[in-house]
Amino acid sequence: MKIISLEQASHVAKLAELELSSDELDKITSQLDDILGHVAKINEADTEGVRPTSHTLDTNNVLREDTVKDSLSQEDALKNAPQQSGGGFLVPKID
Amino acid sequence: MQLNFLTAHKLKKMLEKREVCASDIAASIQESCEKLQPKINAYINFDKSILQKQAEEIECYIAAGGKLHDFTAIPVAVKDNICTHGIKTTCASKILADYVPVYDATVIKKLQEHKYVLAGKANMDEFAMGSSNENSAFGPVKNPLDLQMVPGGSSGGPAAAVCAGMAICALGSDTGGSIRQPASLCGIVGLKPTYGLVSRYGLISFASSLDQVGPITRDVTDSANLLSAISGWDQCDSTSINTGKVSYKDFLVDDIKGLNIGVPKQLMAEGVDSQVADSVNNALEMAQHLGANIEQISLPSLEYALSVFYVIAPSEASSNLSKFDGVRYGYRNMQASTLHQMYRQTRAQGFGPEVKRRIMIGTYCLSSGYYDAYYEKAQRVRTLIINDFKKAFEKYDVLISPTSPTTAFKIGEKTGDPLSMYLSDICTIPVNLAGLPAISIPCGLSSENLPIGLQIIAGTLREDLIFKTAYSLEKAIGFNKFPLHLYE
Amino acid sequence: MNKYMNNNTGEMAKYEAVIGLETHVELSTNTKMFCGCALSFGAEPNTRTCPVCLGLPGTLPVINSKAVQFAIKTALALNCSINKSSIFHRKNYFYADMPKNYQISQYNRPLASNGFLDVDMGSYVRRVGITRVHMEEDTGKLIHTGSSGRISESDASIVDYNRAGTPLIEIVTEPDIRTPAEAKEYLIALRNIILYLDVSDCSMEQGSLRCDANISLKPAGAKSMGTKTEIKNLNSFRFIQRGLEYEYKRQAGLLEEGKKVLQQTRHYDHLTDTTSALRLKEEAHDYRYFPDPDLVPLIMDKDAVQDIKREIPELPGEKIKRYLEVFGLPDETARLIASDKDTAQYFDRCANILGPGKLKAAANWITGDFAAYLNKESLKIKQSGISAESLCSLIEMIEGGRISSKIAKSVFEEMAQSKKEPQDIIMEHNLEQVSDEGELSKIIDEVIAANDEVVQQVKDGKDKAIGFLIGQVMAKTKGKANPALVNGIMSKKLKK
Repeated sequence: MKIISLEQASHVAKLAELELSSDELDKITSQLDDILGHVAKINEADTEGVRPTSHTLDTNNVLREDTVKDSLSQEDALKNAPQQSGGGFLVPKID
Repeated sequence: MQLNFLTAHKLKKMLEKREVCASDIAASIQESCEKLQPKINAYINFDKSILQKQAEEIECYIAAGGKLHDFTAIPVAVKDNICTHGIKTTCASKILADYVPVYDATVIKKLQEHKYVLAGKANMDEFAMGSSNENSAFGPVKNPLDLQMVPGGSSGGPAAAVCAGMAICALGSDTGGSIRQPASLCGIVGLKPTYGLVSRYGLISFASSLDQVGPITRDVTDSANLLSAISGWDQCDSTSINTGKVSYKDFLVDDIKGLNIGVPKQLMAEGVDSQVADSVNNALEMAQHLGANIEQISLPSLEYALSVFYVIAPSEASSNLSKFDGVRYGYRNMQASTLHQMYRQTRAQGFGPEVKRRIMIGTYCLSSGYYDAYYEKAQRVRTLIINDFKKAFEKYDVLISPTSPTTAFKIGEKTGDPLSMYLSDICTIPVNLAGLPAISIPCGLSSENLPIGLQIIAGTLREDLIFKTAYSLEKAIGFNKFPLHLYE
Repeated sequence: MNKYMNNNTGEMAKYEAVIGLETHVELSTNTKMFCGCALSFGAEPNTRTCPVCLGLPGTLPVINSKAVQFAIKTALALNCSINKSSIFHRKNYFYADMPKNYQISQYNRPLASNGFLDVDMGSYVRRVGITRVHMEEDTGKLIHTGSSGRISESDASIVDYNRAGTPLIEIVTEPDIRTPAEAKEYLIALRNIILYLDVSDCSMEQGSLRCDANISLKPAGAKSMGTKTEIKNLNSFRFIQRGLEYEYKRQAGLLEEGKKVLQQTRHYDHLTDTTSALRLKEEAHDYRYFPDPDLVPLIMDKDAVQDIKREIPELPGEKIKRYLEVFGLPDETARLIASDKDTAQYFDRCANILGPGKLKAAANWITGDFAAYLNKESLKIKQSGISAESLCSLIEMIEGGRISSKIAKSVFEEMAQSKKEPQDIIMEHNLEQVSDEGELSKIIDEVIAANDEVVQQVKDGKDKAIGFLIGQVMAKTKGKANPALVNGIMSKKLKK
């Protein structure tokens, strides 16, 4: 049984902002299907009344003081920019 | 013995006695790198002029009466997902091929306090996703002990560098076994510390709740010393634990009398190569001779660990890797005429196939309608795994298993089948899910002369038990394997 | 107003509006939500960024404790309960103003929930439920190239991340608001509370207070809900009311024609005073919220919340109540004073100095001549340079009969100009009121002697003529004569 369809995979690729050729999409869909098939094993586990863990730490309230620290210079901020203009990061037309 | 095959603690003694100087050590590393880099490809970025310059500066420091720390003048290979100010940090990805960080990772700052030497930025699987170091945009790494074989991954470069004498020790990162598995396949020592013990600030995230930086070394003593050097609370990392200053070498005691060792049967199950199982069992027998109590135990939820991992890790990764979009840094497709076209083409061209696969899995697992069935369910099963470990550690001091179900496999052998590749981390993954510390130490050789590693797991922040056990077994096993043939 | 709208005159409208508001407030902390960069408005682009707020690889967020305090303070002032445990989620979507392509926000476990704000509409009070108050980080800013500065007409944009990571709170109401006027008053009341708390400058022009509204219509009295639209770009109090009025009219028109209202996000254009649908994205938003693994939970114990509660000052509603019930101020005056935190503080200081007998005079000055002066000069009360102490001595002098109210006005003007103390001004110009009967009697005699004709008219019963004589006395004393005294003496003398 198929877990993920080509259409679903294509939707996921859009959400993830990945352009995939139709060959790539075919291949990745079948690989995803294999992996998700394996992953489905988690459904066998009885998790009735079990809380989800997003963290193995039992710490909380990690806060910092509201004290100003040096910012980067504009030059350093833009150092790795693929394109820049007027002190900002230049991006193509927003669609 | 050549200098480049010594341990950091041995070199420190020699430096203290003025038997060697920083430049001698650097020269020895430089020589081996020049000779072996073309064969092994352990580094993405190795610059001999930087190496020499650092060594000269440290000689001045020592000459001026500067204190000799554990890693003063020691060339350390740093996995290329750890940010180094002014030095390219690529994550072995085309998308960061020319990226130069404007800040240092906390672990780098800590090593700088030691006056260490950065040997180079070591190769890895792209964004630490892989178990063979074949997923690198800068070419695969070869196992120094057998050039046909993979070194393991994702810290294949750091492990190969230490194994081959191209660095004295290394920093790796471990999300599902990425320090321990390559250490095992290269016959050296790899430690994944308790989650939160070492700052992640400056480690380019793969899966934030699982990632941890750790030492890759020639022996357990260097491992303890390197952990002492890099661990500690960091105000820049909200998930860092404040333990105060700990000197881990104090736990290097050759005594495991009365130690209770559990052997989880789920980690010795089918899929574990018989030679690997025999070798681990031999080591367990030695432990018994040394006075430890060995018992087989069952942690039933571990059978879900791989599945849980392949939901949680890709989910977190899919979000962590969103920032690579061609706007602020890294590769950009310059032909795209609109923003979203630019995103899609940049990411399609910048990421390799395994990274794209994991982004796809993760995005799917978090997407509307699937979150509860995948991500949240996996988090619940993760709780079961944590509980199983907790219960085990009520009775046992440490758990022992193989590190990897097999020895090093052939380059190309598993690249066509992602699932079979994922299975190579089956013994290491549960440890990350539970945030526990674990070490891999070599315990023998296969009939093909390939190293076998055993994994020692302890409870949260019980690195003391790990070092005690590892140190005692290291002495008893007496493993020693250098790829000296490469120098002939 | 239009023919469908309930206009508060009791006339029943055909459709009832159901309105909810989402308000974003930028907190005025020193630093950003998750890093130590200073907040800035108008700094050179990308000069208030660091590896964390630029989303550079390897960086991690750490929560600003002050931002949490400010958010809790606001939530408490809105009568919310603070949740014992709250966590941060990641909201994933790609956009150029997002450094990480996810926003750290709160989702199903927000900081606070279940509050309310009572909005005084004059003839009635509307209680608006507050669904939740949560924290998040702001995005950067896009500057669109090209002469128009519009996104649709520009080939490229420039991104400035100075604002990225600025701490925000989002305040979400229940759909309890029934008219555009209520929406406007809600926002005015909310803004005033936040200003009292001193946690944001709430400038709508600079975008530190931003509001989106959603509105649906249902036949008056009906229980079922209509289809709602969301309106964006409502960046002034006026536009909130106008935008919602337009949208009410538009939806009512559709319903009248038997057409359906489409669920849409609409953009308000204040130049045309209309709303228009934003282009629909190819796929619906799927933000893939999940708990941010780089952060740990916030746990709020009762004591910590109590400590913050103690820091909350008297809020506008309580102030008005005190002014009415304790001070006996007229309703309008009480509201006017409480509508500005600094004015209220100023008045409270005056009330404290003057005591119950004279505080009404202070209220009259503050809402009268003082307010007119500030308005004329476009000043805030804090910038006036007239301390509460100075104003009070002026009032004491009037009340004690040392100067006339007429002179007082010119003394006040000079206080405003020269920043001098009132007693100094009076001394300098010799303005003190003449209440010495002997001295006044002498001057009155002179005036009577010099105005035979007028005196005769008064004696003939033309009472009004006395005003002229008093005016002459005032002129001779340069306005300093105590008018009541002059009147008394003059009448006595003329009756003889």
